[in-house]
Amino acid sequence: MLSIKNLHASVEGKEILKGINLEIKAGEVHAIMGPNGSGKSTLSQVLAGNDAFEVTSGDVTLNGENLLAKVTEERAREGVFLAFQYPVEIPGVSNLQFMRTAVNAMRHHKGEPEMNAAEFMKLAREVSKQVDLDPAFLKRGVNEGFSGGEKKRNEIMQALLLQPKLAILDETDSGLDIDALKVVSDGVNALRAEDRAILMVTHYQRLLDYIVPDYVHVLADGKIVKSGGRELALELEERGYGWLGIKDEATADSSALSNSAN
Amino acid sequence: MATTDQEVNELIKREYEHGFVTEIEVDTFEPGLNEDVIARLSAIKKEPEFMLEWRLKAYRRWLEMQEPDWAHLGYEKIDYDSISYYSAPKRKEDMPQSLDDVDPELLRTYEKLGIPLHEREKLAGVAVDAVFDSVSVATTFKEPLAKAGVIFCSISEAVRDYPELVQKYLGSVVPHTDNFFAGLNAAVFSDGTFVYVPKGVRCPMELSTYFRINAANTGQFERTLIIADEGSYVSYLEGCTAPMRDENQLHAAVVELVALDDAQIKYSTVQNWYPGDENGKGGIFNFVTKRAACIGKNSKVSWTQVETGSAITWKYPSCILRGENSVGEFYSVALTHNYQQADTGTKMIHLGKNTSSTIISKGISAGKSSNVYRGLVKFGPRAEGARNFTQCDSLLIGDRCGAHTFPYIESLNKSAIVEHEATTSKVSDEQMFLCRQRGINPEQAVSMIVNGFCKEVFKELPMEFAVEAGKLLEVSLEGSVG
Ligand SMILES: Nc1ncnc2c1ncn2[C@@H]1O[C@H](COP(=O)(O)OP(=O)(O)OP(=O)(O)O)[C@@H](O)[C@H]1O
Ligand SMILES: [Mg+2]
Repeated sequence: MLSIKNLHASVEGKEILKGINLEIKAGEVHAIMGPNGSGKSTLSQVLAGNDAFEVTSGDVTLNGENLLAKVTEERAREGVFLAFQYPVEIPGVSNLQFMRTAVNAMRHHKGEPEMNAAEFMKLAREVSKQVDLDPAFLKRGVNEGFSGGEKKRNEIMQALLLQPKLAILDETDSGLDIDALKVVSDGVNALRAEDRAILMVTHYQRLLDYIVPDYVHVLADGKIVKSGGRELALELEERGYGWLGIKDEATADSSALSNSAN
Repeated sequence: MATTDQEVNELIKREYEHGFVTEIEVDTFEPGLNEDVIARLSAIKKEPEFMLEWRLKAYRRWLEMQEPDWAHLGYEKIDYDSISYYSAPKRKEDMPQSLDDVDPELLRTYEKLGIPLHEREKLAGVAVDAVFDSVSVATTFKEPLAKAGVIFCSISEAVRDYPELVQKYLGSVVPHTDNFFAGLNAAVFSDGTFVYVPKGVRCPMELSTYFRINAANTGQFERTLIIADEGSYVSYLEGCTAPMRDENQLHAAVVELVALDDAQIKYSTVQNWYPGDENGKGGIFNFVTKRAACIGKNSKVSWTQVETGSAITWKYPSCILRGENSVGEFYSVALTHNYQQADTGTKMIHLGKNTSSTIISKGISAGKSSNVYRGLVKFGPRAEGARNFTQCDSLLIGDRCGAHTFPYIESLNKSAIVEHEATTSKVSDEQMFLCRQRGINPEQAVSMIVNGFCKEVFKELPMEFAVEAGKLLEVSLEGSVG
């Protein structure tokens, strides 16, 4: 489904991705782990088409089509979904209106009729229950004043509404309490499907107890330095990144800080 | 994101939708202004003697006045002698008696603008007093209004038919000495609307006027006077669009509202005059004086405005809160792009006890435009227990535009309470990316974000106007993602 070949990308002249190779087949769940600042969010954003990042070389195809040639909204309509590490607020725009506009853009693209406000309201209420968000959140501004955990659940809610082909989840587990982690994991597991691929960025092997990945990759300094199965995550938890010859998280602190605006 | 600016530029480039010119034979004065011109104007309008005197007095005073330069605006000096002070659509008799009498070309113009009078007649009870250039050409729904005792007519008619009311109130809120543009208007006002709602009457429908400037080089000097007698209520809608023109056109309107005891006036405006092209060429110069006098106790006036047009906007709808417990409100959305300049806001003058006012201002700037909020909240010595709440928000689209806020507070009464909140935000690349990542195209995203930003103001608009306002913002923003 998704094929990434020798992908290089930079931001403000600084190379962040230094030759990523990755193949994800339909139905698979891949986890990406790695120290702060190693390029995990950059990879996610580049796949979604954020033009703050410049792709300097490499190829990415989704179902055989050149993904890099398409603008963000086209990629989205063709099934690329990104759950943001730091979901941004849009004050004044109701969550409900935002999501309906998105769903209708998607339906329009597929030649399906648009959903009216009443129909969508019904659907949205059901899905909000699925991620344990009070329907009152539908009326609030997009992410406006949401807690960290509420924002993450709101992202998963959007994934469930939009039913993407490729779901990229950037640290959707971070900042969640134990119950919320379960809720979000159930949501992600509900997304698992034969015709869907999931790429999941996480720091915690704990998440992988709930969402069992088919593959685990370690990204360090813009490259995938190790790939394995579920057990790789356990090993990382036990031994840290050091044994792979990677600088440990502590040394990446400064980049973690500067990254928070991403 | 590098592309956002580019998208914004494309959106901004969208051409003015209403840029077409109607070909109508116009009976227009030679350019220039003197006492003779004013006398001719008054004669054409068959005005009573007092009106001509009133005009001439204003004119003589105006000659001594200076054009104000304190606003945050830059424009070339206006040559008042290059302006023609009267133009009217050609007509068979004195005035068209019904739509059948109206120039079909004119009706087609309204059609193109999406203001089909025929439809409006049938639709939701909106009476339309359509002003084309300087003369009212069609008025509908006069009957149900007459039944209720509401007078809704052109100001020219009112001058002839209700001289006592006109003499009592015209210039009582905005005297000709008030400012340069109000003085000019008093001298040469062409036409406009007059409304009188009698005691205890709730006006049975929203009243509305569509303005449109047409003939080249024609100044437009509208004059509106609305009087709400004791315990009455009226909602008035004003909206306008103008055809594309290269020359700058001056518009200097005066609107006066008078609310007596327990009366309420709601005045809503959607303004979409030609803003000039993307290089700042052309566009309407809009110098308007709008003011309400809440002279009665418990009276209330709400100004709601959505301003997207004009090259230059100089406009401060204000309330003089004289009556005890009187209330003034100002809800405003002002959008500028390209080289548009807006210096707009309000004045709330608290004179009476326990008077209160609310100001909600939303400024949106795109392109290379400049958007200024200028507001004055003043408490007189007798304004015991008066209070004001002001919220002033600016939204920037792109990084070449400007937003400024000048709030002035003057208090001569210690018991007065003022609350002021102000924010400036930007449509961020991250917001745009989020929307686009969800499949929403940039134009729609901007429009959605801007509409969200303006929500508090839109909800103050009458239903049908709110829809129109949303549409207008979308049109104005096509290319200027909010
Ligand atoms: N817009 C930007 N401008 C400058 N540098 C950037 C920008 N975005 C990312 N970077 C840098 O790129 C590097 C990779 O950042 P990225 O966000 O991809 O890391 P990450 O692996 O997601 O880290 P974390 O685990 O902390 O989320 C960091 O050094 C970061 O500072
Ligand atoms: Mg990250």
